[in-house]
Amino acid sequence: MQLSLTVNGKAVTADVPPRTLLVDFIREHLNLTGTHVGCDTAQCGACTVHLNGSAIKSCNVLAVQAAGGQVVTIEGVTPADGTLNPMQEAFRQHHGLQCGFCTAGMVMSAMDLARRHVTLDDATIRAELDGNLCRCTGYQNIVAAVKAGAASMHK
Amino acid sequence: MYEFNYQKAGSVADAVARLAAATDGRVLAGGQTLIASMKMRLVAPSDLIDLAGAPGLAAIETAMGGLKIGAMATHASVAASPAVLEAIPALAALASGIGDRMVRQMGTIGGSVANNDPAADYPAAVVALGATVHTNKRQIPADGFFKGMYETALDTGEIITAITFPVPQRAAYIKFKNPASRYAIVGVFVAQTATGVRVAVTGAGPGVFRVPAMEAALAANFSSAALAGITVSAADLNTDMHASAEYRAHLIGVLAKRAVDAALAA
Repeated sequence: MQLSLTVNGKAVTADVPPRTLLVDFIREHLNLTGTHVGCDTAQCGACTVHLNGSAIKSCNVLAVQAAGGQVVTIEGVTPADGTLNPMQEAFRQHHGLQCGFCTAGMVMSAMDLARRHVTLDDATIRAELDGNLCRCTGYQNIVAAVKAGAASMHK
Repeated sequence: MYEFNYQKAGSVADAVARLAAATDGRVLAGGQTLIASMKMRLVAPSDLIDLAGAPGLAAIETAMGGLKIGAMATHASVAASPAVLEAIPALAALASGIGDRMVRQMGTIGGSVANNDPAADYPAAVVALGATVHTNKRQIPADGFFKGMYETALDTGEIITAITFPVPQRAAYIKFKNPASRYAIVGVFVAQTATGVRVAVTGAGPGVFRVPAMEAALAANFSSAALAGITVSAADLNTDMHASAEYRAHLIGVLAKRAVDAALAA
């Protein structure tokens, strides 16, 4: 069926079967492979993108549910000059990644988290990140990165 | 996931008509359970009728001395709603503990209540608070709504439009969650209302249920000490890889006491 939506600020139109998941649409149809598929069961959060301003798990949402909406992926949060946004920069500074597979989802989730909380303590970050799994278990640096990134976003 | 026809409903009446015309139609709310179930091929509807475009279904308002929460209100919106935080903070707290943040930003109260997962959180609140489920054709009291595992009083083609909650004097919900799925291994919602005390348990059995012995004890003396010695039989409770029936029965007592203490501290 015909699908029109905005992805990273650009209007996109495609003809897709209704059963197409949003993550598959993003990766296979738009070739935006920064969004990952980890568990494919809405648990790990590697597929996190923003839909109409809220972080959601794109492996558990149909592409047609995003029709007419605004989707932002990890490719869409980087400034045009190729530098990193404040949350990405904080992940780099604090080495908030090991293998990097969960990182795109972590960053998208963390940006959403930072927008919803003006101040963030470690306990809140840990509680609110429970939908993003890092199987390298590198959570210490991720929490430090989210805290610094959120502070930097609110500057 | 098997193929299906996707239809966008413009209103509840439109959704009802589309459901009636479909071979095996299902209503799509946030889809956080339904899409996962379809991916596993546990369900394979012929048609998905999406309610997301039907206006007015996500409103949260103060009404008739209580709260009226639209079926399409997300868990995140209930958790953050000033009206809910003011009137029934225990309900906002419950909503803030469902799944994870990303799931809460898609999943809806109507979808959760209609699905009636035996380990879901909302059924405990609906029953303990004595809520009323509003559909396109009637109003169903909580005590008559949930019919055991994944079964409800909803007829074929009947759609939840809103749920109304009377404001309790005190209430609290305590969940012992599975750390992976975040569903309740056991969850206990205790509410002290003008008409009595209600204790509703989710996660432990085939569906949400009340504990009359605890309700009577708490009606006489609303303190956790009043629950001393009251046990729930493990006979009808669930055993799985996470917890035995006996363990769940024990948790009901522990969590009920914590819920009473939390309600008194709120």
